[in-house]
Amino acid sequence: MNRRTVLIAAAALGMAGCASTSKAPSAETATPKNGGRLRAIFAGGGTNETLDPHLSNLFVDAARAKALYDKLADSGSDLAAVPRLATGWEPNATLDVWTVKLRKATFHDGRPVTAEDVLYSYRRITDPKRAFRAKASLEPVDLAASRAVDEGTVEFRLKRPYAEFPNVLAAFGAYIVPKDTESFAEPVGSGPFRYVSFKPGSSLLVKRNPDYWEGAPHLDELEILIANEESARVSALLGGQADYAHELNPATARVHEGRGKVEVIRLRNSAMQGFVMKTDRAPFDDKRIRQAFFLIADRKELVDGALSGAGEVGNDLFGKGAQYYPSELPQRTQDLAKARALLKEAGQEGLRVTLDTSPVAAGFVEAAGIFKEQAAKAGVTIEVKVGNKDTYWKDILDGGVLASYRSGTMPIESHLSQRLLTKSTTNATHWKQPDFDDLYLQAQSTADPAARTAIYQRMQRRLYDEGGFLIWGFADWIVATAPTVRGVAKDAPANTLDWARFDRTWLA
Amino acid sequence: MTRSWLGRRLLLGVAQSAAVLVLVFVLTEALPGDAAVALAGDNPDPERIALIRSAMELDRPALERFLGWLGELLHGDLGRSLVTGRPVSGYLADGLGVTLLLAALTLALLVPLALWLGMLAARREGSRLDRLISSATLAVYAAPEFALGMLLSTVLALRLGWLPPTAVGGVAADPAVLVLPVLVLLARPVCSISRLVRAGMIEALARPYVAQARRYGVPEWRVRWLHALPNALAPAAQQLARTCDWLLCGVVVVEALFVLPGLGSVLLDAVAARDVPVVQGLAVVFALLTVVLNLGADLVARRFAPRTELTR
Repeated sequence: MNRRTVLIAAAALGMAGCASTSKAPSAETATPKNGGRLRAIFAGGGTNETLDPHLSNLFVDAARAKALYDKLADSGSDLAAVPRLATGWEPNATLDVWTVKLRKATFHDGRPVTAEDVLYSYRRITDPKRAFRAKASLEPVDLAASRAVDEGTVEFRLKRPYAEFPNVLAAFGAYIVPKDTESFAEPVGSGPFRYVSFKPGSSLLVKRNPDYWEGAPHLDELEILIANEESARVSALLGGQADYAHELNPATARVHEGRGKVEVIRLRNSAMQGFVMKTDRAPFDDKRIRQAFFLIADRKELVDGALSGAGEVGNDLFGKGAQYYPSELPQRTQDLAKARALLKEAGQEGLRVTLDTSPVAAGFVEAAGIFKEQAAKAGVTIEVKVGNKDTYWKDILDGGVLASYRSGTMPIESHLSQRLLTKSTTNATHWKQPDFDDLYLQAQSTADPAARTAIYQRMQRRLYDEGGFLIWGFADWIVATAPTVRGVAKDAPANTLDWARFDRTWLA
Repeated sequence: MTRSWLGRRLLLGVAQSAAVLVLVFVLTEALPGDAAVALAGDNPDPERIALIRSAMELDRPALERFLGWLGELLHGDLGRSLVTGRPVSGYLADGLGVTLLLAALTLALLVPLALWLGMLAARREGSRLDRLISSATLAVYAAPEFALGMLLSTVLALRLGWLPPTAVGGVAADPAVLVLPVLVLLARPVCSISRLVRAGMIEALARPYVAQARRYGVPEWRVRWLHALPNALAPAAQQLARTCDWLLCGVVVVEALFVLPGLGSVLLDAVAARDVPVVQGLAVVFALLTVVLNLGADLVARRFAPRTELTR
């Protein structure tokens, strides 16, 4: 609070023209300074790491890819697609042909970014013999029929109408590489930084791209370092070996917050936290049981206990803060009497269920333990089963009835299409409702944003009433920086455009 | 006699290595999930997993994969990573530099330090110095590496600012990053080996031949260093071999704590990724190292104390 006041005062002084106190800490609004090397430290993937942006999987992969490459679009802080290498997009009347205009940009070797590069990149990602992560997102596009209209224009032909097509352009890992690239030993992209050197599992060094289409970065150099242990990342930051540390525990953050040695930044709504109930099998095939479970959850207690308070409560819907999120729906709170009544009505008093969990994500096992206690108050006995960490996600996709779940940010439409349609490949709640599928298709052929929003509201209302996702919270993603680091976005959830955007960052 | 002992010892080593190979394969196969599932992570799209699986040739029967790999091994080829297709030898090379550097530094300091401390304590059994050294070494020996590492790093690096807290960014840029990890690595072996040296010395000094040498007027330093010490070394040499083995086959905790990507980290990553060829390749190398080091220790022990029977 104090520090903030000082900053505001300094800014006010500056505006009044009394610019004599140039040694005072500059506010975020101060003119960025050019130069210097920023060292950012992330958890990594060992010696298996590669700079092939299409293989991106971890946060550090995304941060590196973002420094070297661009996508046609990216997700803004509300998860709506923001144009990047594209300047804009225009659908036909039936929403199944999209014309995308490219901006004038060049790769690091001076070649222009053209429609052919875009088509090559997307075809590489969707190669049937490969398993790139963005492949599922690009599935609606018929790339054989899509074509380059001219050097700066791509015409995408889709397999069906798709109103949210721009989300495809912003998909995780859908980076544009120069045509015919297969080797990423010395990567050439169009991103804000150029490649200098790379040691897998250890460090990547890149330098400023003076010709970046959005303006050259402030930093001369960016070094992305790896330390898998959180304690090591914190030590490196405190010991002056790094300027930016990604992914801190809430407990660590609380120790260092407000002490002046480091700046703690909490990126809100970065990871949805919840439980998945299998809606196609007993006991959760009875919607009254699902509703009872919604009412059993004391969300505040879960956030405080499992996330050490670093987060916000959820309302059983994905994408808090995102475009199309129905924030007008009343916040659900614990109601044990009503939960008991629903269980009784369903003939399931004294219900026993197994809750699958695993230490695969921070707070999972803790949340399961807390929820077990809460359920006991409604007469439900939960047996917590801690499963194998490396196979957890596959194990719970089709197995069990109730399991811990988390998800990073993505547009609400992506969540619906990847997880809640009959044909969805990662439908962990086994929510397979033909009328729900129809609503989704209807939304995708609706050009009018207001009408489409109304359909999304109906779908989400349905999930709120009787879906299989019990979403009790949204965890903050915690980043810490040295006091000299400026220009780090504070409202960008992890993996959105402004997260890990080192081209906007500078050193005071 | 010595030759047949050596022959038997070598044969045993080969059998041990072969057993390790089979065991490692069986154990990694028994782990739940495979490389494809591990790679798919929180995006377990069954179609994607099937694709990864066939790209990695995981759909071939396990025995066939094992025999194929064994065949390559006999030709000196450790195989290729399932995940990246890189040769396993490359993974070894990645970690080996850091591991060798840490091991060499630690050993170079360990041997003189442990000998000196052990000899010092054994000078007069039960003296104040002996009790001080004995209780200090016991206390340090009891401290887990992780706790010791955190403590040293907090005090020496973060509070006092004398040393860099981690080796982030590489060893070449600033060799001072090695000080803390080497200190932590040294701590327990120095304690255990110096205690063994002390015990061996006290035992040796009580032997009749020492008394005899003293009666002949042999100078005390010669009695201690040339007569008693060689006889006191056998247990310490074996402990030293075990320490060597530990240092070379991955000191996972210290590597993770100080961000030193040595063989331990490579192995850990490979297990998490279910990258069976890499795990197996490392296991082969570790098994061979263990066998060779123990053989060396036995040879040293026989050399210094030939009366001790150490055939098995």
